[in-house]
Amino acid sequence: MGSNTRTVAEKADFKRELTEVVPHLRAFARGLCGRADMADDLVQEALLKAWAAQERFEPGTSMRAWTFVILRNAYLTDMRRNRFRGEYDEGVAERVLTAPAGQEEPLHLSDMHRALLTLPPERREALLLVGAGGFSYEEAANICGCAVGTIKSRVGRARAALNAMLADGAIPRRSTSDDAAHRAILEELDDVAAGNGVAARN
Amino acid sequence: MTSEQDKDVAVPPAEGAASTAKRTDRKERPEWATGLRQLYDSVVDEDIPDQFKDLLSQLDTKN
Repeated sequence: MGSNTRTVAEKADFKRELTEVVPHLRAFARGLCGRADMADDLVQEALLKAWAAQERFEPGTSMRAWTFVILRNAYLTDMRRNRFRGEYDEGVAERVLTAPAGQEEPLHLSDMHRALLTLPPERREALLLVGAGGFSYEEAANICGCAVGTIKSRVGRARAALNAMLADGAIPRRSTSDDAAHRAILEELDDVAAGNGVAARN
Repeated sequence: MTSEQDKDVAVPPAEGAASTAKRTDRKERPEWATGLRQLYDSVVDEDIPDQFKDLLSQLDTKN
């Protein structure tokens, strides 16, 4: 599959593409782990890993998809070390979504974010990739290393959960890191990390 | 080996164009779906913090 030595031009391309993808990595990380500072730490980690692994990037393929896999793996590793507790970002609490006409209560981004953070990690990431990142189901499946059907089902469940939560106004309180929620998340994460979806093949 | 056979694999649109791909189907989208995108886009639109600029500029000297 081609030679492993990159030309100067290819290296420059890599660097440029990596730079361009940073805002997307930050957005994905923020959605995954909730807190802005932690998300940015995660992005830094992913950037360093991506740089170190640049020989494995195939020029012409999607840098965004490639780096998302790296970011996601870094996130899963950190999650297992218990660094993230699904805390939501106070910073977004100020921002209010534009409410549709005729609607009395605008949906706050912070509500949205908290609701998102209650989802099990693999459903959350599936929804983030497809619903926010604009990836196709196929692309999302590649990133997560699972079948397309699995992604569809995760997105479907995530949507149903959010529909129910936001329709009822049953958005969880500030602390989503209460014991029950956190335990549930970690249990699901064990499945994910056990190979039930982790795409280790960068 | 990057020929046509890769066509159906991951060839996401260029950055920025990602938004247009799936965003046109609007069959009664719940409010939160828009919110989810706003959440994502609001971060994408933020200025990149200096820490990343520093990191990226240091990469060259590192390797």
